[in-house]
Amino acid sequence: MASLKPPAAYRLPPAAKESAKIAIDRLNLWFGTNHVLKDVSLDIPPNAVTAIMGPSGCGKSTLLRCLNRMNDLVLDTKITGRILIDGRDIFEGDTDVIELRKRVGMVFQKPNPFPKSIYENIAFGPRIHRMGNPDAIQALVEKTLVAANLWNEVKDRLQDNAFSLSGGQQQRLCLARSLSVAPEIILLDEPASALDPASTARLEQLVVELKERYTIVIVTHNMQQAARVSDYCAFLMLGELVECGPTARVFTKPTDKRTEDFLAGKFG
Amino acid sequence: MSLPPTPEPLNPGTPEPLPRAPRRKHFASNAGFIVLAVPLAAFLAFVIYMFVYLSVNGAPVLSWRFLTQAPVNGMTEGGIMPCIIGTILVTFVSLVFSIPVGIFAGIYLSEYAANNVLTRLIRSSIRSLAGIPSIVYGLFGVALFVSALHLGLSILASGLTLGLMNLPWIISTAEESITAIPSSFREGALALGTTKWEAIRHNVLPFAFPGILTGVLLALARTMGETAPILFTGVTYFTRELPTSLMSKFMALPYHLFALTTQHDQVMKVRPIAFGTALVLLALVLAFDAVAFAIRMRLAGANKWQV
Amino acid sequence: MRRTADRVAHGVFLAAALLGVIVLLGILVFLFAYGVKAFKEIPVFRFLFGTVWNPDAYGTKQFGLIPLLWGSFLTTLIALMIAVPFGIASALFIAERLKGKVRVVVKTMVELFAGFPSVVLGFFGLVVLAPLITHVFHVSSGLNLLNVSLLLAFMSLPTIISVSDDALRVVPHSYREAAYALGATPWTTALRIILPSAKSGILAACMLGFGRAVGETMAVLMVAGNAPIMTKSLFEPVRTITSTIAIELGESSFGSAHFYSLFALGAVLFLITLGTNLLAETLIKREKRSFML
Repeated sequence: MASLKPPAAYRLPPAAKESAKIAIDRLNLWFGTNHVLKDVSLDIPPNAVTAIMGPSGCGKSTLLRCLNRMNDLVLDTKITGRILIDGRDIFEGDTDVIELRKRVGMVFQKPNPFPKSIYENIAFGPRIHRMGNPDAIQALVEKTLVAANLWNEVKDRLQDNAFSLSGGQQQRLCLARSLSVAPEIILLDEPASALDPASTARLEQLVVELKERYTIVIVTHNMQQAARVSDYCAFLMLGELVECGPTARVFTKPTDKRTEDFLAGKFG
Repeated sequence: MSLPPTPEPLNPGTPEPLPRAPRRKHFASNAGFIVLAVPLAAFLAFVIYMFVYLSVNGAPVLSWRFLTQAPVNGMTEGGIMPCIIGTILVTFVSLVFSIPVGIFAGIYLSEYAANNVLTRLIRSSIRSLAGIPSIVYGLFGVALFVSALHLGLSILASGLTLGLMNLPWIISTAEESITAIPSSFREGALALGTTKWEAIRHNVLPFAFPGILTGVLLALARTMGETAPILFTGVTYFTRELPTSLMSKFMALPYHLFALTTQHDQVMKVRPIAFGTALVLLALVLAFDAVAFAIRMRLAGANKWQV
Repeated sequence: MRRTADRVAHGVFLAAALLGVIVLLGILVFLFAYGVKAFKEIPVFRFLFGTVWNPDAYGTKQFGLIPLLWGSFLTTLIALMIAVPFGIASALFIAERLKGKVRVVVKTMVELFAGFPSVVLGFFGLVVLAPLITHVFHVSSGLNLLNVSLLLAFMSLPTIISVSDDALRVVPHSYREAAYALGATPWTTALRIILPSAKSGILAACMLGFGRAVGETMAVLMVAGNAPIMTKSLFEPVRTITSTIAIELGESSFGSAHFYSLFALGAVLFLITLGTNLLAETLIKREKRSFML
């Protein structure tokens, strides 16, 4: 079956296209013989929230993990195509992957704080990247916790073990931790799937606030969430990019039948 | 809300590209692991060196005669056949005791034990037994088997002492192997109306057998090399004839090696025989270990019930 | 009929499992019962705190535990000083860097070495290490503290490596992912996240190594020199609790105070190893529990 290219109407107009923060160009990925991502091309605009949505197993997380080359950790992976961040292909041979991961932060599906204190969790990143003296790092810890809307809840117990926090708090801690290394892009892999509705709402509000300073890509299987938080939206199915564009348009006037079916809840 | 500093977005059209990885960074990242590899390499090199050294010095002594003849001339000549026989006998006696008891205990722990204080006590006791020094087993063997039960210095006393020592090892592997069998096997049998024991006997034990066998072989290998437990329960420097019954004293490979090296009055003259003894003992131990590992590896590769 | 067989089977299995508890208690009881008999003739105080061990003296026989405890302690301490860093470094390398077939080969080699009979190692120490020591350090005898400690270090290495490797592999993969996603290198991650997370398990590994070393008899017998003195130098001979029992049990007459004092020594050794093993078990459990969230 021929893959559908995103309709020409989507792609950012030429002038704006140069400022696409991330440009994914004909990306293909295989796990072993399994063709997981099929010819995906997508532009991700800066300072906006782009949601990647689709039914389970369609490759959304895999796509996300390409953006900071976390798929390098999986054996037997083959990738063709390019991903340009700020105009440079991250798959080029001499890319500094460490620096890439500093610039492109990630929050995982299940909160995964380190088995250390709240303070140490956040200080870890800046320390290994040598981002300043202990005073500077202390200020940084406070700033990121404030940005992640967690400061008031933990400011009196920074030395407590991170696991003493609730699920929602742990996830905001992980978000603060990803902010601590001063990224430009933040990737969120179904960040609220392990959280209760109240925590989810808080997290979503945070995401919308953060887009002012960061480029955000969020993967979700929950289309209402995509509708709530995102400015742009891409719909992936079985490894193919079916449709993408401004969220309002995709949700009210989808151009592909499959998108329509997905939004109507017919599957996924 | 003040946020951590981010690089200001530059003019569209001239974004700051990702820097190329400096050579030094890659090296520094891996240098740490290279340092870690050195102790491991040194250790493995030493292991290989020891094995080669013993083989090279022991091989010239080995011959069919060496393996089948008794020592003569105050042990300065001849072979080590009684030692091989003695070691085999006493190991066999120990396993006759510990295999059934070990498997039964393993079955209990994996199939019947509830999550209560008694089970925790049993498990803790078994693990503690595994950590007790072999000389302490020797003391216990003297007190219980040689003295209290009046078995005297005999193969039986030594065998039972060794059996107590390797019991915890067999229990652990038996429990592990049986627990590894998926519960669907048991449930399938029970759903047909079998009793619990029938289900275990027909649907679990046969599949746990290779794992249990591995454990038994490893225990066998370790038992053959143990000296302390048999030191005061029955092994002896020299017997004129082969042991005639379970109540006889016996010669054994590990003790023979020890005696030739430290007790003999012509230590240097018998040194070659000592090398031969060491090599035979090591070869026996490694042979059983190797078979055990081979079974374990085949087991890991060919678990038919793993999808 | 089938049901009776089932019940009988249950009983038999329970009895077998209980045997474990019975044996442990039995060892405890016999060691203490026999050991206590020694104190009919030897004052407990002199046993526990005496600094001379000379059971064959023509005059007053001395049964002081201290030189033997000192010997056991010293040999084990020096052995661990070598084996612990070697072991942890090796385990970290194996757990973080080796995969697939290479890992299996290396772990098999370590396990095979763990199975080497201790007499063979003692033999090697006597035949190779002892002349080497006399040659390199210009001392008159190679049967000394140094030789013994080296052998004990080798013998506890496989234990330390295996248990530490297990402890490192239990650390959840999500910690690694989180660290990599922040731009940490594999080395930084291994050193600053994985290793600290596994510290309970690694401590347990060291304690088990301690137990292995302190309980070793044959290798000590063959290379330690075996003089019951308060060893003060690497090149002096040393006597441990284990080798004392082994050397003197055959010489002592059955039923004498000397005979029973060896059981008292055995009781001391039993308590030391039991204590360390129980502590190690607790630590391992604690590590596993800390990851189940």
